[in-house]
Amino acid sequence: MIKVIELKRTVTDSNDRDAETLRRELRDRDIFLINLMSAPGSGKTTLLSRTITDLMGRAKIGVMEADIASDVDAIKIRSLGAESIQVHTDGMCHMDAGMTRDGLAGLGDQLQIVFLENIGNLICPAEFDTGAHKNVMILSVPEGDDKPLKYPLMFQKCDALIITKTDATPYFDFDLALATERALALNPAIKVFPVSAKTGEGMPAWEGWLLDEWEKQKHA
Amino acid sequence: MHELGIVKHVIKTLHEVADENNVRRIGSVTLEVGEVSGVVLDQLVDCWNYFREKDDLVKGAPLFVERVPAVTYCTACEKEYGTVAHGKTCPHCGSTETYLLRGNEFSIKQIEAEVNEGS
Repeated sequence: MIKVIELKRTVTDSNDRDAETLRRELRDRDIFLINLMSAPGSGKTTLLSRTITDLMGRAKIGVMEADIASDVDAIKIRSLGAESIQVHTDGMCHMDAGMTRDGLAGLGDQLQIVFLENIGNLICPAEFDTGAHKNVMILSVPEGDDKPLKYPLMFQKCDALIITKTDATPYFDFDLALATERALALNPAIKVFPVSAKTGEGMPAWEGWLLDEWEKQKHA
Repeated sequence: MHELGIVKHVIKTLHEVADENNVRRIGSVTLEVGEVSGVVLDQLVDCWNYFREKDDLVKGAPLFVERVPAVTYCTACEKEYGTVAHGKTCPHCGSTETYLLRGNEFSIKQIEAEVNEGS
């Protein structure tokens, strides 16, 4: 018998449910998962390296590096004494909840804060819920203050925006106030942290927010 | 490539639907895709045509796409306008206090299915 079945189901429906389940499970296991997204070359690994070093002794941090190929990032993170695992997406432009779950299984069980370093891309990762508790994006000064206009969904989905490489501001026409205004126009709740992972400027504000949010989850 | 991942998600959802509805084989799939959903239709269909041959449930099933035009609403003058032509700025009054009404959907609207006897 042939029949027509009306569905009206969004394409990301099954992923959304997997993500919700993963988020709950991680909370029960006291793991705080941060999905870190940005364009390639924005300084994700440098920011993470600095954050890991600064928070050493306060939280057990792990990193899941998602890339299409290579393991240079995972090696860099491991050299700092944090746990890391390299996930290859086989050409896919984003991580979804299922892939995140598989990747987490390869990390130790004693971790408290885990960063998922998503594929360098401002478009696709915004559309797929990974199961993370917080979504954080990076915009670096050399990329330009017009990026909120070009990639609105990413700015709408994130809880925090870290503006990196502020030490390079003298060499670029990057207007920090304008970038902040454009991000807030898309997402009035987004927290903006201008930082330089190189000089350390602004790092305490970002790290303070991270630790506060982690605390909130522990008591939720 | 974005469309590759999307097709994998569509096929996963179709398997769930098939289990729930006792479906043996799917004859066709109709998607509803908004004008500003960011999906490239040609690539989507190419990926579909590749993957459907690897999956018995959807083997040979054509993919139909219904486009939903994008419409934005202006909260300042309370009028609607076409998103693609004017973006975030209202062409009637110049305000940017606007939001997208529709055009970013991406859903599986319906399927034609061969259902097992007795269901």
